[in-house]
Amino acid sequence: MYIAKVVANVVSTQKSHKVLGKKILIVQPLDAEGNPFGDEVTALDGVGAGIGDIVIALGEGWSARTVADVPENSPVEVVIAGIIDFVDTDYGRLTSDGKLLK
Amino acid sequence: MQTAKVIGNVVSTKKDPSMIGIKLLVIQPINSKYEEIGKPLVAVDTFGAGPGDVVFYAKSREGAQELNVEMAPVDAGVVGIIDSIHREDE
Repeated sequence: MYIAKVVANVVSTQKSHKVLGKKILIVQPLDAEGNPFGDEVTALDGVGAGIGDIVIALGEGWSARTVADVPENSPVEVVIAGIIDFVDTDYGRLTSDGKLLK
Repeated sequence: MQTAKVIGNVVSTKKDPSMIGIKLLVIQPINSKYEEIGKPLVAVDTFGAGPGDVVFYAKSREGAQELNVEMAPVDAGVVGIIDSIHREDE
């Protein structure tokens, strides 16, 4: 699992019937200080997240599919499993809008 | 999963029997600003995507799930064709 910020909505009408009706979002992984790292990832939304939200992204297939309520054989390996209120670390508090309070 | 732009088709005549009749595409991963990230890769497609289309794809075993082939030798597959991507700043 990792912390990520939702940066975009994806609209797709022609897609796998196993993910019909599911929202697809693009997320940017964040480190503990709220800085972006690595490449953006496309994820299936399991919790009703939207653009700007800080979320918990799951990057492992089986556990991801249980969260998103999709069939076991779905072509999905990244799912948003939670919306983060805040994260406390040694660096400070990362708030729900992605800002770091020292 | 990741978004990608389809940049080509792969034609392969002699291949593993489980992949006969399966379309292969060359796709270039992109981010939400349509900027290229990383290197192109080959992915299977069951949706009829072609060069110019923007798609999203799954990696590893999940990439093969649309094929209905047990243990297909596939590690990336298209999951859907994208109509549009909406960012907060647009």
